Amino acid sequence: MAKYLLLKHYRGAPAPANDVPMDQWTPEEISAHVKYMEDFARRLEETGEFVDTQALSPEGTFVRYGGEGRPPVTDGPFAETKDLIAGWMVIDVETYERALELAAELSAAPGAGGRPIHEWLEVRPFLTPPPTITE
Amino acid sequence: MDEALLRTLTPTVIGVLVRRGADFAAAEDAVQEALVEALRVWADDPPRDAKGWLVTVAWHKFLDAARADSSRRRREELVEGEPAPGPGEAVDDTLQLYFLCAHPSLTPASAVALTLRAVGGLTTRQIAQAYLVPEATMAQRISRAKRTVSSVRFNQPGDVATVLRVLYLVFNEGYSGDVDLAAEAIRLTRRLAAKTEHEEVAGLLALMLLHHARRPARTGPDGRLVPLAEQDRSLWDTCLIAEGVAILQAALARDRLGEFQAQAAIAALHADARTAEETDWVQIVEWYDELVRLTGNPVARLNRAVAVGEADGPRAGLAALADLDPSLPRYAAATAYLHERDGDLATAARLYAEAARSAPNIPELDHLTRQAARLNAQLRGGTAT
Repeated sequence: MAKYLLLKHYRGAPAPANDVPMDQWTPEEISAHVKYMEDFARRLEETGEFVDTQALSPEGTFVRYGGEGRPPVTDGPFAETKDLIAGWMVIDVETYERALELAAELSAAPGAGGRPIHEWLEVRPFLTPPPTITE
Repeated sequence: MDEALLRTLTPTVIGVLVRRGADFAAAEDAVQEALVEALRVWADDPPRDAKGWLVTVAWHKFLDAARADSSRRRREELVEGEPAPGPGEAVDDTLQLYFLCAHPSLTPASAVALTLRAVGGLTTRQIAQAYLVPEATMAQRISRAKRTVSSVRFNQPGDVATVLRVLYLVFNEGYSGDVDLAAEAIRLTRRLAAKTEHEEVAGLLALMLLHHARRPARTGPDGRLVPLAEQDRSLWDTCLIAEGVAILQAALARDRLGEFQAQAAIAALHADARTAEETDWVQIVEWYDELVRLTGNPVARLNRAVAVGEADGPRAGLAALADLDPSLPRYAAATAYLHERDGDLATAARLYAEAARSAPNIPELDHLTRQAARLNAQLRGGTAT
């Protein structure tokens, strides 16, 4: 088994096919979207492939060291260009193909008009513990 | 209460119940209940024969559950034809359990989880911790695995190769949480080896012991990967090496070579060298030839190319690599190493950096990045080594 991170982006990923901002959806469409993702996670719990999922606030700030005795520097002018992560799900699956299959299924969550949003998800493998037998 | 004793007895008792006709999931439930009972009464009234006590109590628990069950009739018929409860016979039932837990109908991950649970006696929490997944996820994996094998009846011996593959996977997971999976795999393989004469069981046990023996030298105090050639060989466990070599020699003497014996032979040749320079690379290449012949495994071919590079020089190693698929894991790292030995530092530095980007784990990533950085510093005329 290998773990993969499925990353959802607020910004930074290519535009989805069904690209309507969520605040333009009907409340029912939003409920259907949320339910789809909850059902998806529950199904993965049953198959023994679920590890973790978290949603993140759209508000994020870049911070860096400001120098000796100075306060940390936070970003301002670049806020519109940065990648924003909306949330993640961690899965533990038999193969890379299975990870792609599940990511595609998650990307089919319904959006405006009840149609799949075709959102782009980023799939990143976890670094694993080193194997005991190496040579 | 002796926890180690219970961990040893649990699979035996499950095995007795399964042989008497209980299905696997029911047998495990019954044994768990018997263990709870043991916890309650043993402190005041320890039994003379712990195993016999557990078999009797677990069998009663199973019968109680079977009577209450909707499939009562079928089971009662089954029960009537079976022996009366009492101490287990001298025949070993856990061997059957190894085969059941590694049944080909299970995915490798399920087989591993079920083996650790039923044969190893680990708790679901311990297994979940070792694999860094939530306990609920691991519980689901195990109960699905149990359902999958619940209808399997064992009338013929299972496939030893599948069992060995499962134990190999457990060993290679290393360790995290409070369970050392490598040590656990050795414990289970030792027990399996004591029950069967199979030469590949011995081969796998030897392989594990030889690698385990070198583990203290494989990482530095800061968690940094130490390549074989640079390891402090005084840290190797000579007792484990001697045991591994003895087991391997006995297996090889039976003249039924398999891939684990071949791998163990390579590990033994490494363990045998007092310094890296004394390594018998010519013999190692010969064993890799056997391994490639036995498995056709591309990773074995890659390792063989590296060994050829040591035996016949880096150019010969690079020529052997040229026949292989560059997308193989560690292809770039092996090529980088041979280019460096051939004196082409610029190519080696570039390939080390490329290898780092696709490294599957943090110690390897750090190691390869350091190799690239070291060569780049040399190329700039720095003094870093």
